[in-house]
This record gives sequence, structure tokens and C-alpha cells, in this order.
Amino acid sequence: MRIGCPYCGERWNDEFIVLGDADALMKRPGEAQFALFYDYVYLRDNPAGRHRELWYHQGGCRQWLVVTRDTLNHTVHSVETARCVAQDREAAS
Amino acid sequence: MSAQPYRVATGGLIDRKHLCHFRFDGREYTGFAGDTLASALLANGVSLVGRSFKYHRPRGLISSGAEEPNALIELRRGAAREPNTRATTIELFDGLEAQSQNRWPSLGFDLLSLNRWAAPFLGAGFYYKTFMWPASFWEKVYEPLIRRAAGLGRAAGADDPDHYEKSFAHCDVLVIGAGPAGLMAALTAGRAGARIILANEDFVAGGQLHGDGGSINGTAAAAWVKGVIAELAAMPHVQIMPRTTIYGVYDGATYGAVERVNDHLLSVPAFEARQRHWRIHARRAVLASGAGERPLMFANNDLPGIMLASAARTYLQRFAVKPAGRVVIATSCDDGWASVDAALAAGVAIAAIVDTRSEVDEALLRLGRRSGAAIYCGGEVVKAHGGHRVGAISIRNANGSDTRHDCDGVWMSGGFSPLIHLTSHLGARPQWDERLQAFVPGQTLPAGLAVAGAACGDFALGACIAAGQRAGIEAAQACGFSAPATEPILCPETPAAVGVIALPRTAAGPVFVDFQNDVTAKDIALAAREGYSSPELAKRYTTLGMATDQGKTANINGMALLAATRGKSIAQVGTTVYRPPYTPVSFGALAGHHRGKDFRATRLTPAHHWAQEQGAVFMEAGAWMRAAWFPKAGESDWVESVIRETKATRSSVGLCDVSTLGKIDIQGADAGAFLDRVYCNTFSTLAVGRARYGLMLREDGFVMDDGTTSRLTPAHFLMTTTTSNASKVMQHLEFCHQALWPDLDLHMVSVSEHWAQYSLAGPRSRNVLQRLVDRQHDISNEAFPYMGAREITISGGLPARLYRISFSGELAYELAVPARYGDATVRALMAAGGEFGITPYGLETLNAMRIEKGHVTGSELNGTTTARDLGLGRMMSTKKDYIGRVMEERPALRDEKRWRLVGLKPVDRSHRLKAGGHLVGRHEPAVTANDQGYVTSASYSPMLEQWIGLGLLSAGDKRHGEIIRACDLLRQSEVEVEVCDPVFFDPKGERLHG
Ligand SMILES: [Zn+2]
Repeated sequence: MRIGCPYCGERWNDEFIVLGDADALMKRPGEAQFALFYDYVYLRDNPAGRHRELWYHQGGCRQWLVVTRDTLNHTVHSVETARCVAQDREAAS
Repeated sequence: MSAQPYRVATGGLIDRKHLCHFRFDGREYTGFAGDTLASALLANGVSLVGRSFKYHRPRGLISSGAEEPNALIELRRGAAREPNTRATTIELFDGLEAQSQNRWPSLGFDLLSLNRWAAPFLGAGFYYKTFMWPASFWEKVYEPLIRRAAGLGRAAGADDPDHYEKSFAHCDVLVIGAGPAGLMAALTAGRAGARIILANEDFVAGGQLHGDGGSINGTAAAAWVKGVIAELAAMPHVQIMPRTTIYGVYDGATYGAVERVNDHLLSVPAFEARQRHWRIHARRAVLASGAGERPLMFANNDLPGIMLASAARTYLQRFAVKPAGRVVIATSCDDGWASVDAALAAGVAIAAIVDTRSEVDEALLRLGRRSGAAIYCGGEVVKAHGGHRVGAISIRNANGSDTRHDCDGVWMSGGFSPLIHLTSHLGARPQWDERLQAFVPGQTLPAGLAVAGAACGDFALGACIAAGQRAGIEAAQACGFSAPATEPILCPETPAAVGVIALPRTAAGPVFVDFQNDVTAKDIALAAREGYSSPELAKRYTTLGMATDQGKTANINGMALLAATRGKSIAQVGTTVYRPPYTPVSFGALAGHHRGKDFRATRLTPAHHWAQEQGAVFMEAGAWMRAAWFPKAGESDWVESVIRETKATRSSVGLCDVSTLGKIDIQGADAGAFLDRVYCNTFSTLAVGRARYGLMLREDGFVMDDGTTSRLTPAHFLMTTTTSNASKVMQHLEFCHQALWPDLDLHMVSVSEHWAQYSLAGPRSRNVLQRLVDRQHDISNEAFPYMGAREITISGGLPARLYRISFSGELAYELAVPARYGDATVRALMAAGGEFGITPYGLETLNAMRIEKGHVTGSELNGTTTARDLGLGRMMSTKKDYIGRVMEERPALRDEKRWRLVGLKPVDRSHRLKAGGHLVGRHEPAVTANDQGYVTSASYSPMLEQWIGLGLLSAGDKRHGEIIRACDLLRQSEVEVEVCDPVFFDPKGERLHG
């Protein structure tokens, strides 16, 4: 599998570390509510098909990336930096 | 017998001037450069090359390529011995030594061939049925027994003496196979300007052209191949890789390949690799792997001398070797008849031609009659007769009568199957093509991969080359190149290779389907009867297609039998999915240089050589080599060294290299606010010039890491992490900043390698430092108190950082200097401390002193402990949000019965305490139900003069003074211990301020 890093270009996946569901992980609850935090820390969907995931380019630019990947065939559909995704979200809220 | 009695006098792609001596099973033979071991053995009349896996039946060569199921041999001797290599793909070299496998005591006389008489009991599912009970027998009795009887080759049992490499490549178009289609695809795409890698499993380009001859645009096939290779070789953007097998297709247009760089030489030249593993990224790939001929199914079809017709032609024409003197040609397609001319040209007599089809083209029949052979259309080979080699064949005529023909060879063709293995490596299932009577690539090919030539069913030479040309144009265009001018391809018509799979109609003996795994037609029928009737189930039950050849010659016949037994068509039954590797890949190639100490990089601190000079004993800490202790003459074990090092440090001064700590430089207006969110305690209030101990939690509330963080300027912090978590913490901080709080104004960078850092501990540490620190920096107790952190200069202007922090509990400093000054600095510190008896100490003394002080390390920060468990609950701020805060409040994490940090002291001061022992009540049996915790760290305490330890004990913080037992069942020790406060030494911390 290869990931097109916006900074470094297309690289083999051994340069990256995967963390998991980007949308879940980036929605850290602001309020100190147990229920929300249980979901945030533990509950993940495991979709068969398109999935937005966080990947860290450890062997490259050290940027966290939101990679939209098909879990059935590892096709990478899009790559954004987590920073941009997070900033867009903040701007929208 | 003369040398190479079966060599044809002229022809072949062999170099007759280059004689190669080789040994097979101890006997000496000769061959020529350009031979394979297989062709050289045949040239010498050696037809028996192995014993079969289960029944130890005599076996000969069936094929001339990678699909060979029988001729598995051990190549080379001693540590370089490689089992299960195929004689058909081993390039002959002078001095080659090979041995047959799976025979005892010799190939000609094999005692275990008695298994043949036990064949009725060794059928499908035999292992499952027989070796079921009792379960305890499996490991001790059954498995060794089966392994001895049914072994493949022997592993060398010694370290591989050769080197292997890993390499990476990128290209526009990867062409897999250098037969007619592959050559044409590479040539066409290469002419268009695309960067090409042409991977050829063989050491000679041309593929089956060298077996079948023919002409292309009026040029003889061999000359055409030469011309194409010459043109490709002249293109700077084309890389031709002979002896290279593409063994797997992976996601992201990635291909795995093994290049056998020096396997064809007696010994690997100095500084070169035996094999090189390639990971290739190709924007487009053309699979031109060709097609494989299918064996016919008849009784004793495994006797030596019986081989595929196309292989026989390859031996005759490419290698100028006669595999037999008088043959029967048995076929179910026109292509089998192509062997007639090849046989006659080499002087091989043809006893009979048997075609399973009743209707055969008149031109073929004329050809057959001219050869003088008896011809049987609509006939069937019923049985082969012979011992170590086929001696005769029984043929059933179309009218039902039987005839017997003497022969010493049978050349068979059951038609051809495209070699489509790579197309299903990403999961696509092959599809049955009724017209081709073969499985073809499924609908969903790996992205970017196209199939061309015989691999796609274009068996006829003209169609095959035209398909290669089309594939080359398409691939080049897909990569943005414009199509080159092309000329039409003109080839004489070649015989059709489509053949019907003829099922055995009579059972006159064992009919082999999978030669390598000894699976017979009967086994397949049995599996189907017993319910294992889907291809995947039948495969596992019978082991069809599961050996090192992965059933390349076997699968299709197996599927046809399975379909027939179930009364269904092959299309309905389907086939198994191929997985990588296409042919076996050696562990050496996959490992490359990553073996032994080179498995991963070793990290050395800047003062490593200094420590070596001091005679340090090193230990591995992650990738780091760290000094464990510095033995002096007369010290017999590490404990004696630790006692000396500790006492010297606590009474005067000691020095320890702490350069391996992770260091993260964090700068920006919001750096303090950021640290407040990632640490459970507060850092935004830290004064400039001060350090603070910080505790970092995971979001689930457990402790992640600890360390001191200093504020050098208002917007500049330096964080330290534990050695082992350095990269994990960096990754975590980057996540927090980039994904959670991108608006915080800060940057960070790992500076772990930039700074060499030394701990100076003990009452005299300040005296030593004062001799190095430049005079303008006041480091007196008043000017630079405990937890001070400051940028200074030493030795006349060298920038350094000084932290007054302590892990040992003594007055202590950590001095950081740019890494390139690390070695010089440690030597300067040692010189400056000479008069105080400065003593270098290692990890063991560091550990002993920190246990005496009750400080936690990775043994306690082990991912299962909370701040409260470690007695650090008060560090957690209640005034801010931070990573881990909410989840730490979960009731279960605040349960008083959780395992809490305690100190542990053997009641009998002479007893030794070991880390890992579990804690149980004083009078309770040591069983899991009574487990109350465990010893996390233990050391001899030079100050207490006894063994002490830290542990995690249920409600341990409230049990000080209680006597319990530490039970180590693995090392069979039981020690009565007293639970105590984890701080053993200087509980009030007075020495810190000295
Ligand atoms: Zn990158």
C-alpha cells in the first residue's frame, strides 16, 4: 500500500504508523462527560469500504494525515493533513 | 558409458566449449554452461531424481521449469545447503553439488517405499483420521514420525554464510516474463520512452520459443529474441533483469521480486549478494507469464520418463538433450503433435501417438503417419509399466481393445493452462473459460496490471506477440507516452494448444494428480464423498496443491476430477485462489541484512567509546547500548560493582551517561498551555529557569510517560521523556497539536540525538561542576537551587544546559552539551572529579539508587498503572482539562483494592528478592486465585545492605508493615517480605539540597 503524503509525495506504507478512525479520534469531547469519553476512547466503527483514518508520517515529515482508504482493497482515495481537517472543523463550528 | 550419452550432437543454447563438472548424489557428471541441472542430468541418462513425499515412489523430471513437482534437490553442501530447489531452474555451474531428497538409504533403494504397499491406508485425510488420538501423542510420537517418513529436504542447520540484499525500484512499466509476449510488450513500451523493468525468471530470454522454434516476420525465433534483447539493452531507460522472479503482487501497484544474483556461481564473489529482494513500484505492469502444460491422468503416470510434451521439446531443442530414445506421445490437443518433428529431428523413435480426441486434424495425422508411429485417435493411455523408469504403455483403443507398446518415455499434453497466479494475489478468483478449457484471470485484476499472450489464452505465436504489442502500447499510453509506430506481426500458424481435460476412465493403478504431495485421483474422489467437496476444503483435506510447487501442474486436473465426482462442470465448482509467493522465496532474501545483530540498528551514545575504555559491561535498552556497570579488578559480579559505585556516589560523586533520554524542544507562545493539556500537572506556571517533574497520561486515564520539563525562556520548554518512550511521546504530542488543537501557537522537534547528557550525583557534584562551568555562571546552592534549569557555558564558551535534578536522591545535576562534545565533556568531568574520586556508574547502580528512593521507571509505568496506583495521585490537577483526566475518574480506576506501589523487604535480610515474583498472603497457597500483585523491580541495596524491591500490591498503600510472600514459580523461589513505604533511603529528601 502506498500513501500520497501532501508534503513528501507517494510513499510506501512502512514509513507510516496508523492510529485509527480519524473522525472519531479527532472529535475529543470538550465537556467532562463520561458517556462521551467512553465512546471517544473505546468505540470505533470498523467499516468494510471507505474509511477515514489517521496515519502518521513518522519516516518522513512527521505530519498526521487523514487518509481515506478502502479497507477492502487498500485503495487510497484522498489524503489531507490532520491539521487542515482540524482547522476546517474549528472554523465550521 | 561415454560422457553425456543423451546429448544431441549439435544445436541448443549451450556452450559446448564450457564444460561443467558436477556431482549428483556423490557421482560425478559433466554438462555444459547453459544447461540446467535437470537438462545435464538427462544428458547423462539420469532419469530417477527423487522419491515422492508420502509413498517414496521413484520420480523423474516432468517439466523443464518452475512448475516442477518432482525434481526437488538439496543444492550445495554444509551451511550453504539449500533444500527443495528445483533441478529444472538451477543453472549448471562447474563444481555444482546436489543431492536427491526424501530417500533412505539411497535413491535407487528406498526402504520407505514400502509405504507404497500401505497406500490404501495413506489416502486423503489419513493424518486427520489416524493421528487424532490420544492428543498427547501428537507432539511426541506422531509428528516426528510423519516428519521423518514424509520429509522434504533438510535445512542446513547452520547460519547461512552468504549475504542477501533488499532493494527498491520504480518504473513506468513492469513486464513480467520474457517470452514472445513479454519481449514484444517491453520493446513496444520501451520504444515509446517508458521506463521499463523486464523481469525474467529464466536466465535466457525467449521462453517457450526455445522449445518450439518457429519464425517471426521471417526471422528464426532465436534470432528474433537476440535482436529484441539487443535493442532493449541499448535503451538507457530499460532494465533487463534475468534470473528474477516476480513472486507476489501487493496493494499500491507493488510487486515483490527475488533476483538470484549469484545462485548460478559456485561461490558468491566477495562483497556481493547471493540473492536480492526487490520491492518494485510500477505504474503499469504486463503479465506475460505464459502457459503451463497439463499432465494426463493414467495409472502410474508418475513413472520416470513420463514428462510434459513441451518440456520434452525444450530439452530437445534448447538443451540438445534426448530425454528418451523411444517414446509414446499422448495428447488431448494439437500442440502435443508438435513433438513429432522435434523427436524425429533428434533421432528419437515414436512408438505410438495417442490422442484422446476421436476427430484429429488430417494434417496432424499425416505428420504422425510419416513418423511411423501407431496412431490411436479416441484412445486412452491406461497404464504405464516399469520400475525405476517407464518401460511400456498400455493403450485402450477407441474400440475398447488394449495394446501395449514398449517405450522409455511418454510425452504428454493435456492442453495448456494460462499461468495466472499473480492475477489473483489481491483476491480475484480465476474464471473458467469454456473455449480455452482453462481458468483465465478474473474480472478484477490488480490495478494497473494487464495480462498478455499465452497467460491470457493467446496460445498461437502470432496472437501472442500481437497481444504483447497491444499491451505495451496501452501501458505506455497509460503512463503518458505516445504509441510508437508498429508493424504487423507475421508468424506461421502454430498448432492449437487448447485441450480437453480427459478424466481417467479406468483405474488400473494409482493415478497421480498432485505429484509433489502424492495426491491421487482416488483421494480426490474420497474427499468429495466424505463431504470435502468445495475446492478449498478438498485442497486442505487431500493436501492437493499445498506443497512447495503449490500444485502448478496439479490443480486443474484436481478441480476437473472434483467437478466430475460431483456431477458438475468445472465452471460451477471453481478453483482455489492463488496467494503469494508464486515460487518459494528464501528467508535469506526476505531478511536481507536484517539478521543477528543487524536485525535493527544499534544506537551508541557519544561517550560510548569512553565507557568502553573504562571496561563497562553494556546492556541493550531498546536500540541503545548502555553501560550496565563498570567492573573493577577483583570484583566478581555486578552486585560488588554496584555496591562500590553506589557508595562512592552517595559519599562523594558519581557520573552516569543519561544521553539516551528522549528530549523534545517545544517553542511558541502557547507552549505552556499545550503542556498543561498533555501533562496531568501544570506547567504554564513554571518559572523561567526552573524544571518540574511531569506525568503524562493516556486518554484512557493510565500513565503514559514521565520526565522533567524545563522552561528555558517564556516561550521555550525542553521536555524529557523516558528512553523507551521517546518516539511514542513525540508522536503523541504531534497528534495532540495537529489533530486536536491546531490553533495553539507552537512548534516542536525531537532533539534527543542533539544533546549528550551526564548526571553528576553526590555531595561533591557541585565541586566537580564548578571546575568546568564558566565563571560568570553562579551555580551555588542559593543562585541555582534544586530544580533549577539554565543555559550556561562550560570550558570557556561551550554552550551547555544545566539542570539540577536528581534520580538518585543526592545533590545532583544533569549537564547537557551538544552531542559532538559529549566524549570530550565526559573526559573533562572525569578529570575535574579526580580529586573527589569521581566514579562512573551504570544502569544497575542507577536502578539500585532509584529503588532505594522509590522512584518509578518503565517497570512501574507499564501501561497498567494509574497515577494513584503509583502514589502520584496528588499530581493530577483538578483545575484544568488534560489528556486522561475524565477517564481517570472512572470508579474502577479509583477502587482502593487496585494494585498500589509499595516497597518490599525480605524478612530474612539474607534472602534475595527477584522481580517478577507474585505476591500472596503469608499463609496462602501460591495460586492464581490468591494473586495480590507482583514485584516490579528488585535490586541489592548497598545502603540498606539487603535486597529490596518495589511492587504493585492490592491496597498496598494501606498495608505497610504486613508480612506477605513473593512467590516466583518459574524460578522456584519463595521469600517472605515486609510491605513498606517505597522510599527506603533518606525519606525526608534532605540529601537533595546538600
Ligand atoms: Zn510526509
